Amino acid sequence: MVDSKQQWKAWLYLSPAIVLLLVFTVWPIINTIIMAFTEGYTALGNIGEQTFQFGIGNFTKVIFKFPDFKECLINTMILCFATVPISTFLALLIAVCLNSIKPLQRLLQTIFFLPYVTNSIAVGMVFAAMFNIVGTFLGSESQLVTSPGIVNYFIEISGLGNLIEWLLANYPNTISWLTTTYPISWINDGSTYMANMLVIIVYIVWNALPFKILILLGGLQSVNKQYYEAAKVDGTSRTRVFTNITIPLLSPMLAYVIITGFIGGFKEYSSIVGIFGESMGPPHDPYRLNTMVGLIYKELPLNQYGRVAAAALVLFAIIFVITMINLWVSKKKVHY
Amino acid sequence: MKVVLQNLTKVFPSRNKKANEEVIAVNDFTFEIPDGKLIGLLGPSGCGKSTTLYMISGLQKPTGGKIFFGEDDVTELATEKRGVGLVFQNYALYPHMTVKQNILFPLQNLKGKDKMSKNEMLERAHEAAKLVQIDELMDRKPSELSGGQQQRVAIARALVKMPRVLLLDEPLSNLDARLRLQTREEIRRIQRETGITTVFVTHDQEEAMSISDMIVVMKLGVLQQIGAPQDVYDDPTNLFVAKFLGTPPINVFEGKVQGGKVYIGDEAVLDVADVEDREVFIGIRPEGFVPDENGAMCCKMRSVEVMGRDVSVVSEHDGMVSPVIRSIINADSGIDATATTIRYSIKRHKIFLFDKQTEERIRFEV
Amino acid sequence: MTEQKKLSVMRERNMQSETQKNKIGKVIAQILCYAFLITMAFVILFPFYWMIISSLKTVDEYYLTIPTFFPKTIVLKNYFWDAFETANLSRLFFNTVLVGVVSTVLSLVITVLSAFAFARLEFKGKNALFAALLATMMIPGELFTITNYQTVANWGWVDYEVNWFEGYAVLIVPFLVSVFYIYLLRQNFLQIPNELYLAAKVDGTSDLKYLWKVMIPLALPTLISITILKMMGSWNSYVWPNLVSKIAVDQPNTYKLITNGLRGANFTLEGSDRVNFPVQMAAVVVVSIPLFLVFIFLRKYIMKGVSRSGIKG
Repeated sequence: MVDSKQQWKAWLYLSPAIVLLLVFTVWPIINTIIMAFTEGYTALGNIGEQTFQFGIGNFTKVIFKFPDFKECLINTMILCFATVPISTFLALLIAVCLNSIKPLQRLLQTIFFLPYVTNSIAVGMVFAAMFNIVGTFLGSESQLVTSPGIVNYFIEISGLGNLIEWLLANYPNTISWLTTTYPISWINDGSTYMANMLVIIVYIVWNALPFKILILLGGLQSVNKQYYEAAKVDGTSRTRVFTNITIPLLSPMLAYVIITGFIGGFKEYSSIVGIFGESMGPPHDPYRLNTMVGLIYKELPLNQYGRVAAAALVLFAIIFVITMINLWVSKKKVHY
Repeated sequence: MKVVLQNLTKVFPSRNKKANEEVIAVNDFTFEIPDGKLIGLLGPSGCGKSTTLYMISGLQKPTGGKIFFGEDDVTELATEKRGVGLVFQNYALYPHMTVKQNILFPLQNLKGKDKMSKNEMLERAHEAAKLVQIDELMDRKPSELSGGQQQRVAIARALVKMPRVLLLDEPLSNLDARLRLQTREEIRRIQRETGITTVFVTHDQEEAMSISDMIVVMKLGVLQQIGAPQDVYDDPTNLFVAKFLGTPPINVFEGKVQGGKVYIGDEAVLDVADVEDREVFIGIRPEGFVPDENGAMCCKMRSVEVMGRDVSVVSEHDGMVSPVIRSIINADSGIDATATTIRYSIKRHKIFLFDKQTEERIRFEV
Repeated sequence: MTEQKKLSVMRERNMQSETQKNKIGKVIAQILCYAFLITMAFVILFPFYWMIISSLKTVDEYYLTIPTFFPKTIVLKNYFWDAFETANLSRLFFNTVLVGVVSTVLSLVITVLSAFAFARLEFKGKNALFAALLATMMIPGELFTITNYQTVANWGWVDYEVNWFEGYAVLIVPFLVSVFYIYLLRQNFLQIPNELYLAAKVDGTSDLKYLWKVMIPLALPTLISITILKMMGSWNSYVWPNLVSKIAVDQPNTYKLITNGLRGANFTLEGSDRVNFPVQMAAVVVVSIPLFLVFIFLRKYIMKGVSRSGIKG
């Protein structure tokens, strides 16, 4: 039923979307590629009608000369490879448990979804407050009003604090990767890189759980109950049911949350801003925790568009490759 | 309103671009639907009957030919201007609207001089609902109705704007067997009461035969025969039509005409002085067999099915093309179910000859 | 007792102990499940709890070495109006709601029209165009940001000082089209049987009326999901508004959104280097509350949208 009236009508309806996409999606793709392959491209140079040569200089500069590039890449990698497995594993455990209980299921499900509807900057600030050592020594020791923060308080009362203090006193090297002081400085002046990382990882995992739980629980609930009944009739043990029935049937959802987890992980930025602010690091070492996306935003106002474009393309390439690897792996392992 | 189709043709471009084959859904149709009649478009699936219906409705544009409503050429007229009512196979009721809103919907689209006041619309909707006897269900949603009730709502929605032509696409196929019987009489009644020219599409010959004033038999986009149901049944133009109409179906045999006699195997079953010698298919209606000890045809008995008033005798014959021979015989004729063979003579007006190659009917003096 | 009988009794006993073992195992598994879930639920909830009680404390109480788990005195002044004043929340609240509502409405119109065209109309190149749109979903948004920044700057929407139209347009226009929403709605539209469209056509319904009277009501759940996700997106957006308002030194807080105000505000107490965490937490609560309200009342739609998206906002 293709008639010409439908043709122009369709294009009419599509026109707002197409116009906007051309300006804000298609042109950026083209322009980014052009800028990235234009040697030494800067916005100011462009206005001054400076001519540029075609080349891959921006990429080599970004990868080999950008001081932050390697750091950012490493930070991003660490975040990805730590948070994705941890959050996926926890989410799977929670989803399986949720699926096996009846009373309280809906309430707990609601609680576990709660972090999803939060502002990652806002809650990042809450996490910062929880890990923060605040206050100063005022007056005598007895009037100490330093608050080590609620997390350090939990470490103290759980008895872990004693262990750390003892280690610091006797074998400081065994724990220097985490802290040189007690209470532990997590995000303040003098905090270690690993302490910073731990905070971010905890926060990202906390933030990533709801989506993963939602998807995995949905997957579990859609598994045909007959498989389980059949397994029961055969007298299959619970662990075997889990590894041989649940996991394979859940594998498409697992693949999905892992892939989206990696993509999200490589674009990590606002969680760190939430905790550390735009300095992307503790006060004594700003930008220590910068990520790939953070790098782009840091360089963007500096007019070095050529390099920024190259960095963005590198990021895209990394995400693309990781996604392809994931898909390739899941093609072998996933039962659809 | 009479509807005239003139050389109507519909060609669909091939789905597979490489093969570049076109599908001729409807091939050069010409026929006239008289005013105020109920017409059944009949044929196996894929014969182009629904396409014909959609072309009459205007939802599909013909590739060639013309459509007239009365004297008006409506071929180029947009659907909404044709004044047709269309009932879809799955009823296509708007699921989020009540029955009343569904029926009112077409009226609310009327513009200009046809525009109605709210009260007029309600009155019309009520009339339509009453006609199909759903006036008590007006505030329900379609999901709260049975299949038969949904069907009635769909008909009411099609009728409410007083269409010039009412079109029904497989109106009974989504109903269970009992409802089907009931609903087809209902359709007949509604059509009689309104007097609207009605065309419906079906693949069920029984359905078409039972209520239509006229049936149109189609096959692979080609019109086979038009006529009153009984006429078509009694006088099919070709083997396809003969096979398609009638339950149980017609029994088909291979045979030949030689010297003014019709032979099945070497049994001469009929005298046909006016037919030349040739190879033929022979079709015999189930009710055409008469048990006769001196009959020309000798069949092997298989079983006898008692159906009350009649019995159905299942038998075999070497010349048969159909899997078995089924004859309908009056129960009083005293069939011996234990016999191994049965002899029949054939009623002259229940036997048809068809050319072996063209499968066209070969007529003879009855 | 014959041997056979003995055997069968033994087998029965075995089976009984088997089932008993099974039962005990099941109970233990259930207890472990609950223990784990409740622990995790506490971990999940604790930041929210801490945020709320901290927001109600006095500064001195917050700075106590031994933290209190319930405020000794409840200080509502942290909210009214310390948090609002310190983080400029009222103006930013207004900005965010305005940007959220306008961009959601416009985005819905664009999405509905496009999804309708893709789902119901026939035109040349439909499938190719749709595939191309889907392909753009793979590209990280950061790649667009650079050029989009240049584009809006060229249009004068980013400057030391901008007028109200430019100030809001720069926050709204670049994000009006979401391929994902078009995709979501198109899928929903496709589930509506084509016969409804044909029936409406026979009755002389125009495309737009059909869209309005039939398709939109039937796709309402999806549209609500899209609305919520889009609103949440505006509420949570940080990077872009921060970027485009960076050089607006003459009007630093006029066209920012609420998250920018929150992160950018200086909560340090006057005349000291202590950060007023209770007020900061109060500001965080203010920003979070609308999200929680949406969550409580519209959880169903959010979950539905989320489970098909995998992206925030």
